[in-house]
Amino acid sequence: MDFFTIFWDYRSYFLTGIQYTLLIAAIGVLCGFILGLAVALIRMSKWAVVRFIGHAWVEFLRGTPMLVQLFIIHYGLSSFGINFTPIQSGAITLSINSSAYLAEIFRAGIQGVDRGQGEAARSLGMTRGMSMRHIIIPQAIKSVLPAIGNEFITIIKESSIVSFIGVTELMFQSGAVVGITYDGMTPYLVVAVMYFILTFTFSRILGVFERKLKASDYR
Amino acid sequence: MITVKDLHKKFGPLHILKGIDLEIKQGEVVVVIGPSGSGKSTFLRCINLLEEPSLGEIQFEGESITAKGHNINKTREKMGMVFQQFNLFPHKSVIDNITLAPIQVRKMDKSKAEELAMELLHTVGLEDKRDAYPSQLSGGQKQRIAIARALAMEPHVMLFDEPTSALDPEMVGEVLDVMKNLAERGMTMVIVTHEMGFAREVGDRILFMDQGVILEQGTPQQLFGSPTHQRTKDFLSKVL
Repeated sequence: MDFFTIFWDYRSYFLTGIQYTLLIAAIGVLCGFILGLAVALIRMSKWAVVRFIGHAWVEFLRGTPMLVQLFIIHYGLSSFGINFTPIQSGAITLSINSSAYLAEIFRAGIQGVDRGQGEAARSLGMTRGMSMRHIIIPQAIKSVLPAIGNEFITIIKESSIVSFIGVTELMFQSGAVVGITYDGMTPYLVVAVMYFILTFTFSRILGVFERKLKASDYR
Repeated sequence: MITVKDLHKKFGPLHILKGIDLEIKQGEVVVVIGPSGSGKSTFLRCINLLEEPSLGEIQFEGESITAKGHNINKTREKMGMVFQQFNLFPHKSVIDNITLAPIQVRKMDKSKAEELAMELLHTVGLEDKRDAYPSQLSGGQKQRIAIARALAMEPHVMLFDEPTSALDPEMVGEVLDVMKNLAERGMTMVIVTHEMGFAREVGDRILFMDQGVILEQGTPQQLFGSPTHQRTKDFLSKVL
């Protein structure tokens, strides 16, 4: 069957799929961003114990497959009486997984800000926190924005693995359409295009944002 | 106003400052000169604890700032600092560079902070740069903004760390003029510089530092006119 027929006949499947993909990816991006920033700061704490916790967090989440993490959170924890819905498990897994990668990106960005910036801020009487918030972090984020964009796109794509625990997002829905139509190719092509539209739109939006932040660089 | 007692600073095996004793009075302009690597900048950065002294004590307005538990942020509010590399905040406009600390640290109203900033911009002659970003300014303009930013905290003392060393020669004058103006209005200043003409003209007291100690100090007439140490003479003969 041809591409557009499949897409049109099963549009309600794909529409549901894209809604869940967007929902889970959005939560993953947002929570991953906040959590990642927190982990980056934890990794630069002055206390060695706190630093170690941040380090372990990053190494564990980077060093184990996300699918394993997903199963631990969804199936593993439920045997201890902690039950999440598939969507919750998916969102949690994506958030903590991406927080590890984003933490490393943020850390690189923060450490890349010129030392003199923090010194100037502190010499004006600003506390460490004020200097981080107003001076260091805004400059750090600006310089690592392309890397953050990469990670966000990865999150959108990796959200497909939550189909394993039955979240009816794009990947799951394409499988369903394959089952109904016995066409083993076209439904996957449809979701491939849909994923691409999502990630491409997103990278355009980030591009605009990046140009806006560069306003202060023009001479 | 500032009392330094037996100040030492070590970076690992390097002994940068080997016992500095100094008393700076209110309204005094102290200029620190000396060969590079003599510890001038390190000494200046110790005064507001950007460098943690390894040993010794620093008092500011009768309070020991090196004592355990002392809140250095409170002290830094009263000590302005100007850096060789300007260190303006590149992501903020000129007016935001100047008003940020007054608003955040002194909890000043935005409108009041901007009023103060405009006054300071007038003093440094850059009112028209209010909404410019640092990348749009020349080196001399950047440094004048950096001075205005430090002054916006209404400090009791100003520390200058080689403020003209990163400037093109034709821009040195405009920055020195602002500093001279500041000195004439009675600001207490500690200046590390290589500008000997400026030191002679503006300084109340010149310190010659070499190898981590203050080798010699005195009025500009004494130090430039009749230096007593051979190393001071050698240094001056090279730079004058």
